[in-house]
Amino acid sequence: MQLLRRVYQFGSTKHRFASDIKSTNRQKMNLFQAINNALDIELGANPKALLFGEDVKFGGVFRCSQGLNEKYGTDRVFNTPLCEQGIGAFGIGLASVGYTAIAEIQFGDYIFPAFDQIVNEAAKFRYRSGNQFNCGSLTIRSTWGAVGHGALYHSQSPEAYFAHTPGLKVVVPRDPIQAKGLLLASIRDKNPVIFFEPKALYRNAEDEVPLDDYELELSKAEVVQQGKHITLIGYGTSIRVLREAAKMAEKDGVSCEIIDLQTIYPYDGQTLVESVKKTGRCIITHEAPQTCGMGAELSAFIQEKCFLHLEAPIRRITGYDTPFPLVHEPIYLPDKFKIYEAIKESVNY
Amino acid sequence: MIFRISRSCFSSISVKLPSFKVHHLELQQLPKTATTTSSELLAYYKSMQLQRRMEIACDNLYKQRLIRGFLHLADGQESIYEGLHAGLTYDDCVITAYRDHCIALLRGDTPHQIIAEMMAKQTGSTKGKGGSMHYYKKATNFYGGHGIVGAQIPLGTGLAFAQKYLKKPNVTLIMFGDGAANQGQLYEAANMAQLWHLPAIYFIENNLFGMGTSIDRASANTKFYTRGDVIPGIQIDGNNVFQVRETLKFAKKHCLEKGPIFIEAMTYRYHGHSMSDPGVTYRTREEVQQQRKTRDCINYVKNIILENKVADEHQLEEIDNSTQNEIDIAVEQAKVDPVPPSTELTTDVYVDNENHFIRGILYKDSVLPKSQ
Repeated sequence: MQLLRRVYQFGSTKHRFASDIKSTNRQKMNLFQAINNALDIELGANPKALLFGEDVKFGGVFRCSQGLNEKYGTDRVFNTPLCEQGIGAFGIGLASVGYTAIAEIQFGDYIFPAFDQIVNEAAKFRYRSGNQFNCGSLTIRSTWGAVGHGALYHSQSPEAYFAHTPGLKVVVPRDPIQAKGLLLASIRDKNPVIFFEPKALYRNAEDEVPLDDYELELSKAEVVQQGKHITLIGYGTSIRVLREAAKMAEKDGVSCEIIDLQTIYPYDGQTLVESVKKTGRCIITHEAPQTCGMGAELSAFIQEKCFLHLEAPIRRITGYDTPFPLVHEPIYLPDKFKIYEAIKESVNY
Repeated sequence: MIFRISRSCFSSISVKLPSFKVHHLELQQLPKTATTTSSELLAYYKSMQLQRRMEIACDNLYKQRLIRGFLHLADGQESIYEGLHAGLTYDDCVITAYRDHCIALLRGDTPHQIIAEMMAKQTGSTKGKGGSMHYYKKATNFYGGHGIVGAQIPLGTGLAFAQKYLKKPNVTLIMFGDGAANQGQLYEAANMAQLWHLPAIYFIENNLFGMGTSIDRASANTKFYTRGDVIPGIQIDGNNVFQVRETLKFAKKHCLEKGPIFIEAMTYRYHGHSMSDPGVTYRTREEVQQQRKTRDCINYVKNIILENKVADEHQLEEIDNSTQNEIDIAVEQAKVDPVPPSTELTTDVYVDNENHFIRGILYKDSVLPKSQ
């Protein structure tokens, strides 16, 4: 047991950026395979790790838990009935006695029955018990974001509701390498973490993912593209959209700096501020509705810290303030054209 | 089993009902037979065929990618919807989850409106803004059409409360599945209903699987009709349109006199949970074939029709063809209908939408209040 614990401690390497990982032991994986790999590593290294949720046992509706039940048994990878409130609360209970509870909520849109448990119970456990108890080893994985045809109840981005709750951490990866490292870091972080996986990228995002056990630091944003005229901030699927918009802007001679927030809350304000002080312009994008989305928080924070450095108002290019629509999805979503327009207006301010 | 009283068109035919299982009720309170007529039998047959063919047409449209998103088909369960249509009135409220196309049909929508809605066309039942899971009809008290599992249950309980408060001689049929029976909100709602004697019928469509999970792997107590604890319950064969009808008539009487009731209708869906589910990874193809052969609800009515010489095979085939034709016409019409205009994105957010400022992504895209 001692040996196992030591291996677990030293087995994982911590990195700030994925580019720091020097491993040549890599395999082409898409997002769900990377998540699967991360879960496999954790279940293998940590005998107290448990994975549960709806349809998790057969492999999950998005294949994230494929093969894990066969490998680790039904004691550790198991199905729950259809009860999100139950899943969330059950996870909190397990975590509070020291198990590493990885609870899956099949769609982010379904997380709301568990909202009370997450916000009132999980987030405040350590605080209200004077640090006698905590549910730090709880990680809630859920799917997130638009997928092209999800409509009202299979496309939501609920990160802002949870970012408004101190005591929680909220993480959204942008591609497979980040996802694996951030998920392992989230599971091992001693605070309850909500890990949103962009469902549109499960099959579409592919990369050469290192097979080792590695973690990427939480609460650290990453500058994925250097630039000097304007800072573009996003997370998850938005990073791809920002890259496209930046390419369009490049043709006009505008050099864009793209930052992936990665950890939504607590976010890495320092990286954002450094960038905006350099460029003087900023656009924040997310799929969630505009009012009180993450864009609102980041705008307020950045203008407070960079007021005299700003050359133009901070813009938020986000979803409309409506429920996520059915056939109007392409109009609703903040696409590359809208961001490009905002870049133009910002640069010409 | 089935008695022939006379051969004339308007004579009644008596049908023996399958046995009931009861909880906190006396078996003798429930009817042992149901009566029907030739014209009624043919009407049930035609209506159920229309439902069946509509669902299959939607399957084809989904495969052609003309319907996108999430589609949950109810073929195999038509007798439940026919039975609820026959046993209740349009003044009784109905609320259900997402397997709602057939209820929309029976509560007054045309096949064209239903198919157009699924294809997200302007001519759809909810203006193309809801899709497959969100059908509603105010005129016939159909309250939808809900995507979140179990969310419709407390909502329906509220409808029942309103009916009692307004002293209406009506009930609310709250439909949900075996998977939803494990949602905490069901028990919160049922407790309120029993405490205040609300006219709520908690109707469980038990098709043996909650997505891919069989009932014994999800529920500690699979006798769903007993899950209401002190609330009385009945288990019936959902594939027998007469038993559904008679049970609902009984339930309505019970609710208006005493309070809520749980009804569990045993049934089977031929398709998987949704179009993303092939439906054969958690059950065998043989099982599905077997259900089709021995328990099909349309065949049951067909057999009664043939045995009582109400119509012959040829006449039934004509009905099949005419329903197919009706669906084909609806599909062709829906295909050419336009999608809702982009202005519909920002309508119906609030009741007085024109007086609201709906933020667009760029300020110039925002919808400004009329007063400005």
